[in-house]
Amino acid sequence: MRTQKPAGKPSRRKFLRALALGSTYVASFAAGWLRPVRLLAAEWNKAAFDAKVLADALKGIGATSVADSDQIQLKAPEIAENGAIVPVEITSRIPDTRTIYILADKNPQPLVAIFDLTGGMEPFISTRIKMGESSKVRILVKAGGKFYVATQDVKVTIGGCGG
Amino acid sequence: MADPMKIRAQLQGDIADIKVLMFHPMETGLRKDPVTGDVIALHFIQRVVAAHNGRTMLDAQWSQAVSKNPFVNFRIRGAKPGDKVTVSWEDNMGEKASIETTLN
Repeated sequence: MRTQKPAGKPSRRKFLRALALGSTYVASFAAGWLRPVRLLAAEWNKAAFDAKVLADALKGIGATSVADSDQIQLKAPEIAENGAIVPVEITSRIPDTRTIYILADKNPQPLVAIFDLTGGMEPFISTRIKMGESSKVRILVKAGGKFYVATQDVKVTIGGCGG
Repeated sequence: MADPMKIRAQLQGDIADIKVLMFHPMETGLRKDPVTGDVIALHFIQRVVAAHNGRTMLDAQWSQAVSKNPFVNFRIRGAKPGDKVTVSWEDNMGEKASIETTLN
C-alpha cells in the first residue's frame, strides 16, 4: 500500500535513461540535470517572510488590494492549547485558486507559509503552524490574479514561537 | 537511520489524498539551549515541492513558523492507481529529503 523510497539522484537516472531511449529527450533532460539540485534558487520570498508587520508581509506577497471572501473555508481551533501546534485547514471555493497564504497577524513575522497549487490540485491545504500569542489567523487566496481573505481569531494559551 | 519523511496516499475516486509527515526541528532561532544558554540556530524547511508523475503540483515556501515535524495534507486531482507522487523538501541549511509513493 505504501512505497517509501528515498530519492537518490533521480535527475541523473532520468538523464542516463533518456540517453538510452533516444536523442529527442536528451536536450530537456540535460537541461534538467544541469540545473542546480537545490530547489531554492531565488524562490523564497525573503522580503515577505522577514516582514515584522502585517502590512509589509502583504506588500511582500503583492497583496495590495484584497477582498473579503466567504468562499474561503478556514478550520482552526477557537482555543489552541499549544501555540506550537495549531492545526489549520483551508478549503477555497474560489474558482481558479492558485495560491494559498497562511498568516498569523501577531506572530513576530506574520507570514507563515505560501502554497502554490497548479490546476491539478484541489484548492485544499491542511497543516500545523506556530502562533506566538492569540491572534487572527489570516488566509489569503490568490485566484484569477486577485487576492481574497478570510480570518479567524485563535486564542493561544501557551505561545509557540519558543524562547 | 529513521526515514526523514513518512507519506500516506489514499485514492478517493480520482483524487489522491496525500498526507506527509516530515521529521525536522523547525527551529525558530529564538530558543536557547537549556544547558549552555546558547541560542539554537534558525533551522527550518523553506521549500516543499510535490509532483505527480514528475509534474510539479504543489510548490510551497515555508517559514520557521510551520510547526516542528511538519504535517501537510493536500489533494491531487486526476490520479489513478500506478501514479507516482513525490514530495521533496529543502531547508535553510541546504539539507534536503525526498520521498516517493505509488498510488494503488
